[in-house]
Amino acid sequence: MKELWQLFGVFARLGAVTFGGGYAMLPILQREIVEKRNWATEDEVMDYYAIGQCTPGIISVNVSTFIGFKLKGILGGIIATLGFIAPSIVIIAIIATFISAFADAMVVKHAFAGIRVCVCVLIFNAVIKLGKGAVKDIVTGIVCALVFLAATFTPVSPIILVVLAGAAGAVSKAIGRRFAKDKGGKNA
Amino acid sequence: MILLQLFYEFFKIGLFAVGGGAATIPFLYSLSDATAWFSYTDLANMIAISESTPGAIGVNMSSYVGMTVAGIPGCIIATLGLVAPSIIVILVIAHFLKRFRDSRLVQDIFYGLRPASTGLIASACLGLAQISLLDVGALTSIYTLSNLFHWKEVVLALLIYMGIKKFNKHPIVYIGAAAAFGIIFQLAA
Repeated sequence: MKELWQLFGVFARLGAVTFGGGYAMLPILQREIVEKRNWATEDEVMDYYAIGQCTPGIISVNVSTFIGFKLKGILGGIIATLGFIAPSIVIIAIIATFISAFADAMVVKHAFAGIRVCVCVLIFNAVIKLGKGAVKDIVTGIVCALVFLAATFTPVSPIILVVLAGAAGAVSKAIGRRFAKDKGGKNA
Repeated sequence: MILLQLFYEFFKIGLFAVGGGAATIPFLYSLSDATAWFSYTDLANMIAISESTPGAIGVNMSSYVGMTVAGIPGCIIATLGLVAPSIIVILVIAHFLKRFRDSRLVQDIFYGLRPASTGLIASACLGLAQISLLDVGALTSIYTLSNLFHWKEVVLALLIYMGIKKFNKHPIVYIGAAAAFGIIFQLAA
């Protein structure tokens, strides 16, 4: 019981000091989980990231669940994740209440008009970074372009696009391998 | 009833948004279309706040939307909905860790998923540009290009982009600077 509380506390602290999640949490994890507490090795943390990145959900949440599970089983996985999201819930609940009281002030409106521009640029920058890792050849280029067009100009749900893109990845790789085999057994 | 719907909607987002926090944004756009719980402008403001407060962006976004829609219970329920698929999926995978990573099929599927995620976020980015940089109404009413863009905003966008490329500081620095720019130059609300 005491250990579960400790798990909750440590992940609550991670949630409170990580700005942005994802890889922003990595250096903090390395210090708190690997070096200070020996709860996981450096390699294990990197494995969790690799898997957390390609499984459903937010990366940092996935990594929290992994480490909690490693330490204390299923309950540990749940407790670590709840700990990680607790600060977000508290902080956002306070800010949302506070902001709506001031939302009509002209100064706040001007500030947010500027902030929206900034967010747009930040996300544009994120797209460029993601694209460099994800768009590597013609197939991934086409998938990216088609999903972009479909999401922008049609009302198709992103869920359908994600499922179709996963299927397209699996099929195109399978065809590629078959093709390479027919050509004389070269490894695709 | 609305709490149940919130949980269900965010459970879906948690299940299908693969990757980082930005991956939840396109889903929130489609949620805005489907429910009218919040506008695109609300969403842009929520993203800004989620980026500049502690915690993962996706988690902050779900807390924020939940809070907007149904107060504190909504805030908690939406966030739990978002992380529930993670908890379930990761607990299952943790059992089969090695086999999952080495599976060729899993790798092939993700070969297609990653560019799709990029395309979705690019589309969301365009939606944001539409409300923050362009005056779409000008396109149909007045046929001059100079009215199409909000020029002060475009200048700000270029400045921020150059700043990111040059200094690579934490997002909160640029958000703070952009807020100051907005107040000083009285950007349109």
